[in-house]
Amino acid sequence: MVLLKMKFTLQRRVRLAQGLWLLSWLAVMCGTFVFCLGLYLKAELLRRAEVMDNTEIHVVPNILMMVGLASIGTNWVASRVCQDSLDASRFPRWKAFLLAWFVVATLLCFLLLAVVVLSYALQGSLEESLKVGLRNGIRFYKDTDVPGRCFQKETIDHLQMEFRCCGNNNFRDWFEVQWVSNRYLDFTSKDVKDRIRSNVDGRYLLDGVPFSCCNPASPRPCLQNRLTDNSAHHSYDFQSEELNLYSRGCRQALIDYYMGLMNSTGPGVLSVILIQMSVVLSLRYLQTSVEGAMAQEDPAGDSEGYILEKGLKETFEDLKANILILLKFGQVNPNAAQESPEAGDPEKASDNTTEKATSTTSAS
Amino acid sequence: MALMLVKFDLKKRVKLAQTVWFMYWFAVMAGVLVFSMGLFFKIELRKRSELMDNNESHFLPNLLIFMGLVACGINAFGGKICYDSLDPAKFAKWKPMLKNFLVFCVGFNALLFVTALLCLVMRIPLQFTLAEGLRNGMKFYKDTDTPGRCYMKRTLDQMQMEFRCCGNDNYRDWFEIQWVSNRYLDFSSKEVKDRIGSNVDGQYLMDGVPFSCCNPSSPRPCIQFQMTNNTAHYSYDHYTEELNVWNRGCREALLSYYGGMMNTIGALVLLVTLLEIGVTIGLQYVDSSLSTLANPDDPESESEGWILEKTVKETFTDIMAKMKAMGKGSKVEEGAMAGKAPEME
Repeated sequence: MVLLKMKFTLQRRVRLAQGLWLLSWLAVMCGTFVFCLGLYLKAELLRRAEVMDNTEIHVVPNILMMVGLASIGTNWVASRVCQDSLDASRFPRWKAFLLAWFVVATLLCFLLLAVVVLSYALQGSLEESLKVGLRNGIRFYKDTDVPGRCFQKETIDHLQMEFRCCGNNNFRDWFEVQWVSNRYLDFTSKDVKDRIRSNVDGRYLLDGVPFSCCNPASPRPCLQNRLTDNSAHHSYDFQSEELNLYSRGCRQALIDYYMGLMNSTGPGVLSVILIQMSVVLSLRYLQTSVEGAMAQEDPAGDSEGYILEKGLKETFEDLKANILILLKFGQVNPNAAQESPEAGDPEKASDNTTEKATSTTSAS
Repeated sequence: MALMLVKFDLKKRVKLAQTVWFMYWFAVMAGVLVFSMGLFFKIELRKRSELMDNNESHFLPNLLIFMGLVACGINAFGGKICYDSLDPAKFAKWKPMLKNFLVFCVGFNALLFVTALLCLVMRIPLQFTLAEGLRNGMKFYKDTDTPGRCYMKRTLDQMQMEFRCCGNDNYRDWFEIQWVSNRYLDFSSKEVKDRIGSNVDGQYLMDGVPFSCCNPSSPRPCIQFQMTNNTAHYSYDHYTEELNVWNRGCREALLSYYGGMMNTIGALVLLVTLLEIGVTIGLQYVDSSLSTLANPDDPESESEGWILEKTVKETFTDIMAKMKAMGKGSKVEEGAMAGKAPEME
């Protein structure tokens, strides 16, 4: 029982070939789109690589770029096949190729689906990576004279201003870290000595934040120091003050940003999958109908096109049988190899290879 | 003696028409480009209209938008004419209006050139508008509770952060105005009373700047307050300190931004003008080559094409003579009417 059989007249075959040619060029452009998407995502991830601890999330843009390039090549091949399909002399050379093409194209669709799934699944890993990266960034904020870390201050300041966030979880993260370099502390002053003695590690901790946490939308000039001390500022209540600093943490801000990016690319990737699947199905119909027409006496007459020659179950069992035969030949060969050095007979070896060749052709 | 005479046979005419048609499509896209540049410029001006005292002149972007639209229309029309020029029957219906269309094109090209020059020149009025607007903007920084000005603080802060600038000419402009709102000043404190008493207008002046002036590249946490007092901060010398706050003034920053934008737009409009001149000359060749067929009934005969039928001097004297004739003609009519009127009486 053939799967989804359709009748094709000559005109219908010609139309199918032309339509498929256009569709495969559209798929080439979709492949370019997917590649550019992967490139853009990778560039955005690399821009903030300093506040990320690991690069696990980079697998998403890497796969997108690979799939984009591969699909450009695959769909270009499909358009060549279409061009040759109506010419009986040029079509047979593509015959051997086509099975491999179908496998590659279906694999690409699966990879694209995997990318969509991965972009959700890796959110946890991204969060962890950002947590560690931001914590280090805040710790090394003061080290503007240590080579290798001297740009950490600038990076964190720009990050907080651009993403409108403060600290890792919220602004209180700055209270737990010494973010003023020792070079600018007057160790003879009483205030500095008190603060350093007030904690075990001898750090200069204060209830203040860097200027990059300031919110421009606040109606009052920014209060950065002595944030928990209500009496230090006129008409100020620490508990109810909302607009003075950014209330969001940078980890949450960055995750929202990247998830937003990947979510907005979701529909695009899904439509590329649809287009690719339709190219695969149409090419299968074209292949079977053109082969059917060439096998007949009248090549210009009607022929049938189908997706699978036998039903789904039968095709599956055929595949299994072929794979088992291949495996069996794999098992027989070592025995033959043991026997042939004894017999020293090159003919047996060539017999085995010819049998193997016939079984491979019957499998395709 | 015609200007730049070229001989044409059928093949050459066909090639000419095809090339000019192609160029016309480029010119349509150039018109779209001019339109979008005008739109972009208008949006950029709107974004910062608060800093320009809300009276910035939108004449230039409006002109660019208008010229872009007209260019698209003219070039599409010209492309259609070129496309039809290969078919004598279709071309015959365009023939009568072609001369007027070409004159119109020449006028349009001159206007486009003037637009390009304007783009390069309008920098100067912009400078004055910006200076005035920024000065007022800084004065209203503290008025976050006054309706109509409550967003000035946010606008200024975001602008200073985006353009990496501080104050009008430099950061000292902030020392001369009160930028802290009275709502947040404790008038019972001695320090506040001292500062208010220290100047004629009773303003709370201080040697400090808003946080948006801070430079993130500075190795030390930003020093915003008591900037001129070296003893207030450890290891600080305000004469040699360069990286603490932005050194550039915002007027200079905005002017260089808008000036750069206008220079680029002016250069692009000049290029578009050159393209337009090219297609106008091409259309003139198409027209002249199709009107001088050696044998009017045979489309394959040879013909000549030129830019001007006579030399520049002769064409100029012709135009002057025509204008004089038109002027005399109206005078003669008046004389005839005046002669008739007394006769009737």
